[in-house]
Amino acid sequence: MKTRHADEAQKPGSDGAAINVRNLRVNYGEREILHNISFDVKAGETITILGGSGSGKTTLLRALMGLEKAAGGAIWIHGKDLCCLPPPEMAELRKKFGVSFQGGALFGSMTVGENVALPLREHTKLDDSTIEVLVRLKLEEVGLSGYENYNPAQLSGGMKKRAAVARALTMDPEILFFDEPSAGLDPIIAAGIDDLILKLKRAFKMTIVVVTHELASAFLIADRMMLIDKGELIAIGAPEEMKANQHPRVRQFFDRVPDPEISVDDDFLDRLTRNLRL
Amino acid sequence: MSVMETVGQATINGLAYLGDLTILTGRSLHAIFVAPFQGQRLRTQRAVHQAMAVGVGAVPILSLISFFIGTIMALQSAYELRKLGAMFLVARAVAISVTRELAPLITAIVVIGRSGSAFAAEIGSMKVNEEIDALETMALDPIEFLVAPKLLAMAVMLPCLTIWADFMGVLGGATFGVSAASFTFGSYIQATLSSLARHDIVTGLIKAVMFGVVITAVGCQEGLSTGLGAEQVGRSTTSAVVKSIFLVVAVDLVFTMLFYFTTPR
Repeated sequence: MKTRHADEAQKPGSDGAAINVRNLRVNYGEREILHNISFDVKAGETITILGGSGSGKTTLLRALMGLEKAAGGAIWIHGKDLCCLPPPEMAELRKKFGVSFQGGALFGSMTVGENVALPLREHTKLDDSTIEVLVRLKLEEVGLSGYENYNPAQLSGGMKKRAAVARALTMDPEILFFDEPSAGLDPIIAAGIDDLILKLKRAFKMTIVVVTHELASAFLIADRMMLIDKGELIAIGAPEEMKANQHPRVRQFFDRVPDPEISVDDDFLDRLTRNLRL
Repeated sequence: MSVMETVGQATINGLAYLGDLTILTGRSLHAIFVAPFQGQRLRTQRAVHQAMAVGVGAVPILSLISFFIGTIMALQSAYELRKLGAMFLVARAVAISVTRELAPLITAIVVIGRSGSAFAAEIGSMKVNEEIDALETMALDPIEFLVAPKLLAMAVMLPCLTIWADFMGVLGGATFGVSAASFTFGSYIQATLSSLARHDIVTGLIKAVMFGVVITAVGCQEGLSTGLGAEQVGRSTTSAVVKSIFLVVAVDLVFTMLFYFTTPR
């Protein structure tokens, strides 16, 4: 399969793309979650992955980070095929990632400062004072100066997300992944997170992949956006192209139209009794 | 599903679980004994932190339980020995049963309750909160980072705790011996020391190391295989305790048989 794709197009990564995804399929057990998804992300580009709840967007993000194995197809990060990387090379590649998880995923047994310092302590030989300065610098960047000695449990939801971003930035990553950065936050804090992403985008020119279902946020930060529905890639393009896209599911998502209710009695009965042994 | 199919499936599941434990232990041992010579870090600071939690934290409750067990053993053996007029053998009975069997086993059970369950809950919560994923995306192997320091701490601390439990068990027996069996404290200790061979203590300590490995492997494996949701963390914790107790007793049986058949008579 790899050879076939290599023949289809130029070598992944050679066109300056940071991420190439070809015919990606991901399964949870017997169930296929993602169906034949293909797209590229250029280096320095910010792409938002949109989709409703359960559409498979977080699964796609996890696959891009190598946390879910592909059942078919392939993912190349900087020209390296994730499926075939031996653990040491995978570790080297992941050192170029920064990840902000939906709930922050800060280590509860460490202070905020220790969380941010962890990648530096584990992957560099910097002395303690240098690490401390870098930690303060990263916390300053996300507006959490002075919170080094707080426990994650003492932070609000928005502060946790910003601390997670600070940790993600510690190793000066080339690719930054965000999973639902504004989920569960009030509009003011969510706007703050959007501003932070925009600031990072302008300041560091890093490749940023953001999973979200917040439309306003997605239009604000994205260079390109893609819509996933029921595990399929429905549309991909610049924000203006997406606004003009007439695909029914794209229109439904952007116009915030709920799924139509079932009006035929037989269909309703069928839904209620499906999979039941009657 | 027929009975044969059920038994067969349970056997396969059991063997698969033992396989998982073996792989986890193997990778942890590699991280402790091999990886440091290949330029990777051995996280001694984390291991010391774990050792303090596992070892020092368990001393008060273990002291109390071992003391009571020593006294109970003295009472139980005196019950029969009194009929034979052989009360002087109480010290011997307590010394041998405590050092060979009871101290390692009681220590293991106390540590399962305190630390094995805590390992499962800690790692299970980390799994639910995506902290394990965060470690992986930071290019940190969760087994090297989380499991190996725990294994090192347990393999060192279980024998230390067992020695302490030996001491407290003998002290418990001495309390009965002095108060009800016409021993002086000095004569009881003397009788204990003269009845013990080095082999008795060493076999107990070998078992303790193995128990430490088993408790860590089961606790961490249960944590790492936790599903989604807080309820699953509770299930993992319960499962870690039940499986650890079963496997500790099974390992105890294997090693006791091994020592019995290999010891020259």
